[in-house]
Amino acid sequence: MTAPVYDVAILGGGIVGCAIARELTRYRLRLVLLEKECEVGFGTSKSNSGIIHAGHHSGPDTLKGPLEWAGNRKWDVLHEELDFGFERIGELMVAWDAEQVEILEKYKKRGEDRGVPGLEIWDRDRVRREEPSLSRDIIAALHAPTAGVVNPYEVCFSLIDSARHNGLEIRVETTVTGVAAVEGGLRVDTDRGAVAARYVVNAAGLFADRIAAAAGAGDFRIRPRKGEEYLLDKRLRGLVRRIIFPCPTATSKGVLVIPTFDGTIMVGPTANPIDDKGDLSTSSEGSDEVFDQVRRTVPGISPRDCIAEFAGLRAVADGEDFIIGPSAVKGFINVAGIQSPGLTAAPAIADMVRDILADEGLALSANDDFVPEVPKRVIVSHLDTAAQVALAARDSRYGHICCRCELVTEGEVVDAIHAGAGTLDGIKFRTRAGMGRCQGGFCTWRCMELLSREMGIPIEQVTKRGGGSWLVCRREDLEEGSAA
Amino acid sequence: MITERPLHLKKKYDVVVAGGGPAGMAAALGARDAGAESILMVDREPMAGGILWQCIHNGFGLHHFKEELTGPEYAQRYLEQVIEHDIDILTDTYIYDIDRDRNVQLMSGERGIHVLESRSVVLAMGARERTRGAIRIAGSRPAGVLTAGLAQKFVNMAGVLPGRRVVILGSGDIGLIMARRLVLEGVEVLGVFEIMPHVNGLGRNVVQCLHDFDIPLHLSTTVTEIHGRDRVEKVTVAPVDENLVPDLSKSWDIPCDTLMLSIGLIPENELSRRINLRLDPVTTGPVVDSTMETSVDGVFACGNVVHIHDLVDFVSQESELAGRGAGAYLTGHRPPADNIRLVPGDNVAYCVPHTISSDREHTVYLRVRRTEGKCTIKFGDAYAKKLLYVFPAEMVTVTLRPKFLQEFHGDSLRVDVVAR
Ligand SMILES: Cc1cc2nc3c(=O)[nH]c(=O)nc-3n(C[C@H](O)[C@H](O)[C@H](O)COP(=O)(O)OP(=O)(O)OC[C@H]3O[C@@H](n4cnc5c(N)ncnc54)[C@H](O)[C@@H]3O)c2cc1C
Repeated sequence: MTAPVYDVAILGGGIVGCAIARELTRYRLRLVLLEKECEVGFGTSKSNSGIIHAGHHSGPDTLKGPLEWAGNRKWDVLHEELDFGFERIGELMVAWDAEQVEILEKYKKRGEDRGVPGLEIWDRDRVRREEPSLSRDIIAALHAPTAGVVNPYEVCFSLIDSARHNGLEIRVETTVTGVAAVEGGLRVDTDRGAVAARYVVNAAGLFADRIAAAAGAGDFRIRPRKGEEYLLDKRLRGLVRRIIFPCPTATSKGVLVIPTFDGTIMVGPTANPIDDKGDLSTSSEGSDEVFDQVRRTVPGISPRDCIAEFAGLRAVADGEDFIIGPSAVKGFINVAGIQSPGLTAAPAIADMVRDILADEGLALSANDDFVPEVPKRVIVSHLDTAAQVALAARDSRYGHICCRCELVTEGEVVDAIHAGAGTLDGIKFRTRAGMGRCQGGFCTWRCMELLSREMGIPIEQVTKRGGGSWLVCRREDLEEGSAA
Repeated sequence: MITERPLHLKKKYDVVVAGGGPAGMAAALGARDAGAESILMVDREPMAGGILWQCIHNGFGLHHFKEELTGPEYAQRYLEQVIEHDIDILTDTYIYDIDRDRNVQLMSGERGIHVLESRSVVLAMGARERTRGAIRIAGSRPAGVLTAGLAQKFVNMAGVLPGRRVVILGSGDIGLIMARRLVLEGVEVLGVFEIMPHVNGLGRNVVQCLHDFDIPLHLSTTVTEIHGRDRVEKVTVAPVDENLVPDLSKSWDIPCDTLMLSIGLIPENELSRRINLRLDPVTTGPVVDSTMETSVDGVFACGNVVHIHDLVDFVSQESELAGRGAGAYLTGHRPPADNIRLVPGDNVAYCVPHTISSDREHTVYLRVRRTEGKCTIKFGDAYAKKLLYVFPAEMVTVTLRPKFLQEFHGDSLRVDVVAR
């Protein structure tokens, strides 16, 4: 085999893989990212709470702790350069009794030791004034203004768009099956052929243990811990202004009330260990647990307002901490066990991995062509009327409605398709088409037609999210056993 | 078939009708008849007529045209009248905002974005279907879970099928109609599952769509879990007790690739919220007076926007009234204002309209909360009518004549449905 084509191969395109890939494009390197799903971010990174944690949640003796705070501080710059929604709306950790107030004090001190600014304990009156929907039984709360919310999938898309513009090569629907040492580096085997690279970064989330084991680069185990989340109708927009955390117990962070970046209120997550890494089902027990618990914090929330639900799987390593570092196999770096606050920490993890690669001998010389900014997407619903009128006059597709609940136009859907969305879910997470109240009743067919038209495929080949997720078939197919 | 005529969009209209389905068409005609001069009817679909185009089965128009028509025939009859009456039609156009001064913002692929002034507005946007999230079915989230209306669009408008082996949850009318439609297309329909002890659609649809096609109907049974990663692979169903709690010990699995939902409609009130109309928490539609005027001056509403109807004929009737109301609002020939509030009492979920006037005849629509055999519907002591049976899935229609109200001098009438 000839010398490896790539300097670094990144395995897994979750938030961690995307952040690392984008960071590395600042240097003159040949980079490839391999992702098994049809889109980046379609593992755990699109199915989480979307919180940029304030910096005081994770304990001091962990890797998570400092990375949470280091990560938190990088989001303003990322937000300026890239194209995703982010707002530091702040969080409140609430207490019902004096014992819990002591816990709040502990968190406050922990944050202050780390340098987290603005931490403040609010009394009952202040809590009531600032968040009138909270339970009257709450006696105090710890306010942390540094907490924020993002749409995590948007961050992945945007990071990868930036990385791609700066030279990253990306292969989706490509599953890594093994890694072996070869002359001058490592060979990564996939279901679509092999790739050789001098360095490999294992950011495969839930499956990082299997890949590490196959490479002989670690014998840690990753166990999935499921979190179910429930989205509420827009009617409740503004019910709370900040992220509400119950005072954590020894075993659980509890059920949160999250005003997502789009204004939809989300409640969750649960935390249940499971066995199957592909099990993304939600359960009636989970929903009962979420709504029962959340009523203690915000009594006005009812399951009747639920419009959608989903589950995500935390990739939990044995010691509960992140595993980041070189391995027994030269050139093979593990970035594993990235459970919460992995989203928050991702930009700091990327810096750390860059430094590890440099220590391991990767020469980093600046890529003078690196452009930090990505072109901003057109989002018609964010424009004022005059701008909307002008845009639609220039290109009528931006006046043609596709998703009515979220006001997404044909032009935006076509943009998403050209940016790499090849499926209905790809469009949904890039444009919000299908995320609203009617949950795709109106726009599904329109999006399917646009996918078919723009990609030049027959309508029955359009899928929900790749693989066997077909949407419609033809009468002629009825006799056959399998889908189009 | 004519569906449109050339249009020079004006800057200002007497009436803008939001929605061109059966409600919008009848409202536009009513407004014309009552003296409105320039009328614009706007629909977001490529053709006016609303949901009727995909309802290719018959059963429409028995009350209104005194003959049985298919959905498209019913739409066509109305649309021809709309065109004859010089009503401007704008299709493939979405109204995304109306303010309290009735400035209407339109988005259209062909014409771009416009802001029009309208002297009065009729809201006739119809309803949307309840989805999986609304009833929180546990399980995975594969492709192949869809509403009956979307399935109907696939089959009747696009000529494609939603799947090969279909389970139907909910016994709403669209679901029953689609059960038959899919069987006719060669799709296997494995059964209709309804959590309530009674069907939610019309009796005639149970006979004509299920019994005649040997499609099993399971009452007091629901889907408790969806399985499958990429595409639906099976669903778990279980009987429920009287509190609607599933008994999982009696559950069973049905291999299938599609779960079709027919679990009800919700009035489409995005625009109503933007204008800040007062909404009825039971119907979730606007509160209306006897001319179908909402809480905001000059803004009228009708059809499924106000409350969910079972029959299009009643939509047409109610909507014509709304159109007339809008016309009268413009000409100033308005009837005396309402003087009686209708208050839902025993076994009455809601009444539409919410207020009436003692000087003229009214049709009052209402829904009960519970099934009841022989019973009496009472409007205070003013009027009573015997009914053979009532049940939540069928709207009750009552005509109130002025002679009953002349003796009544209060300001609110309680409406009760009580057993005999
Ligand atoms: C319910 C829930 C709520 C959470 N809330 C928060 C929060 O509010 N804030 C926060 O900071 N963190 C939160 N987290 C944690 C956060 O979501 C994760 O830490 C983060 O998404 C991990 O990113 P990742 O890139 O490591 O994993 P992933 O997103 O899972 O990425 C791994 C990628 O590798 C791919 N892959 C796997 N195997 C292979 C293979 N063999 N070949 C190729 N590709 C492969 C996968 O498809 C996947 O795309 C939450 C997690 C959950 C589950």
